[in-house]
Amino acid sequence: MSRTVYLDNNATTMIAPEVVAAMQPYLTDFYGNPSSMHSFGGGVRRQVDQARASVAALFNATPEEIIFTAGGSEGDNQAILGTLELLPSNKRHFITTRVEHPAVREVGHYLRDQRGYRLTELPVDSDGALDLEQLERSIAEDTGLISVMWANNETGVIFPIEKIAAIAKARGVLFHTDAVQVAGKLPIDLKKIPVDLLSMSGHKIHAPKGIGALYVREGTKINPLIHGGHQENGKRAGTENVPGIIGLGRAAELALDGMSEESGRVRALRDRLEKGLLASCTDSRVNGRNRLHNTLNVSFEFIEGESILLMLDEYGICASSGSACASGSLEPSYVLRALGIPFTAVHGSIRFSLSRYTTDEDIDAVLERMPGIVDRLREISPFVQKEA
Amino acid sequence: MWDYTDKVMDHFRHPRNVGFIKDADGVGEVGSMACGDALRLMFKLDEQGRIEDVKFQTFGCGSAIASASALTEMLRGKTLEEAEKLTNQDIAEFLGGLPEQKMHCSVLGREALEAAIENYRNGTIGQVQLEGRVVCICFGVTEEKIERAIRENGLSTVDQVTNYTKAGGGCGGCKDEIAQILERINGHLAVKESQPEVSKPKRKLTNIQKIQLIQETIDREIRPELKKDGGDVELVDVDGDKVILSLRGSCVECRVAQFTLKTLVEPKLKSFVSEDLVVVEAK
Repeated sequence: MSRTVYLDNNATTMIAPEVVAAMQPYLTDFYGNPSSMHSFGGGVRRQVDQARASVAALFNATPEEIIFTAGGSEGDNQAILGTLELLPSNKRHFITTRVEHPAVREVGHYLRDQRGYRLTELPVDSDGALDLEQLERSIAEDTGLISVMWANNETGVIFPIEKIAAIAKARGVLFHTDAVQVAGKLPIDLKKIPVDLLSMSGHKIHAPKGIGALYVREGTKINPLIHGGHQENGKRAGTENVPGIIGLGRAAELALDGMSEESGRVRALRDRLEKGLLASCTDSRVNGRNRLHNTLNVSFEFIEGESILLMLDEYGICASSGSACASGSLEPSYVLRALGIPFTAVHGSIRFSLSRYTTDEDIDAVLERMPGIVDRLREISPFVQKEA
Repeated sequence: MWDYTDKVMDHFRHPRNVGFIKDADGVGEVGSMACGDALRLMFKLDEQGRIEDVKFQTFGCGSAIASASALTEMLRGKTLEEAEKLTNQDIAEFLGGLPEQKMHCSVLGREALEAAIENYRNGTIGQVQLEGRVVCICFGVTEEKIERAIRENGLSTVDQVTNYTKAGGGCGGCKDEIAQILERINGHLAVKESQPEVSKPKRKLTNIQKIQLIQETIDREIRPELKKDGGDVELVDVDGDKVILSLRGSCVECRVAQFTLKTLVEPKLKSFVSEDLVVVEAK
């Protein structure tokens, strides 16, 4: 197999070498418990606090507004469950969208099915966009919380969080955003945008898996998901994942430093990939409009996504698919279906997601291999002949 | 990524008998793009009534392509009477097994074969017609098809039915009904065969097939698990239902190796080869 061409960065990212270097002493020499009274633990505490400040800087927030979590899913769960249960008993309406990550979507279903909450899941149009007027109309007296992702993980479609947060604030409703795909990629200023809660994940920004953060605006009441200790200001019990936290802090610094240059370079690579694929593969289409600069979701008609992935894998190219067959489920991507994309295209969808480590050679490799793969699979497909 | 056998990957990478037979004697089409997989199977008979040419076209995942390719290899040279005895289990076994969630790919192959034979014999359009009541609306799966999958494959859970037929894999609204069908069929079997549980039908394996399947199961299912902890195991001999294994690597020194043999190795071999197998360590 040739070298790995990794274009699945919305799934996870490579840990940055600088992050590994920052973490290393906390896996060996500095193993003290930040809660300990001795100076060996106290030194670690100061570094954890420094990392907290670095993560806060990513959102122009204060360190006190950051809770370290085990990742995006935990942050999403705590943001929703931890705030709703503290609201008055008549606030039992939760608004979200049909394209949320399962960490939000399934919490909504749980609230509706197990806890008797009223749930509104807003649709999106064929570009993946929300109707803000519909969102506003869906807010009622009993609405307690709105949760809308900042950008979608499958299509990269960006939602107008500034406007949505303003709508929520104007109606006195709490607002949470799952910012897992945008944190570290887009500038976020929570001093200017009235988001109440924001969750992010380390392993999407070149930090390790198992660490993330939840921003909770000062004054927002929230319960812990995990009880049993005073850590994280009583909002998340359990001895801190110190190496992970140090890594997340360093990853946040790197993201903040390189964001501007990186986004332009990655966008240029993504656009070259997009143009090249559409030009060389007939009957292909891009899913979603107004997308994150690193994401490209393309559907190749008449062929199936898992087969494409397996053939790409032969060349060491890693991507992802919304095809049902590539997952344990039998239903293809609910996100792409929510955009009204026909089954024929959803089954053959491939997501390429880039990162700061993506190179011109990576894009060349896909552009070189993909037309042949599409042709090979279409030669086998019964539908191509029917269309001919 | 799915844990496909080498044979599945070989048939996926190098599918045999892809193409179209213009003057085919029998053509069968099943599935659709909406369902996520589709298969068109064509055959031509020689003067003795044996399948001399067989081709397929498919829209589907790796295991769908491999299942179709395997089926064509199995069909060549067979009479239609021999061909129609092929089951989806035969296709899966030919490939060294399929992930449980992908068994519906083997069922798709069998259905295409039946449709093609039906087309040859009765001149029907060669597409599977929905006979009987549709239970799963999402994937158009009938009660008859579910019942057949349960009986032929010894299924006992709703998830298994979904893996083999796709029924229940969409909105999930028919899962209760699938559970009722399972209860009805397995209940009937229990009365008829006077046994408390419906077990999987035993495969009739020759000694060579059994040893091969044991070796494949060790390589595919057991060895990777043991290697995670620096251990390994080797097949020494098979004596009737007694599988004699030798521990390697860190398993040799491991104090819980016997526990591993009984809780990991033996259940895997029972599940993939035969319920009657007993694992012992070579002395």
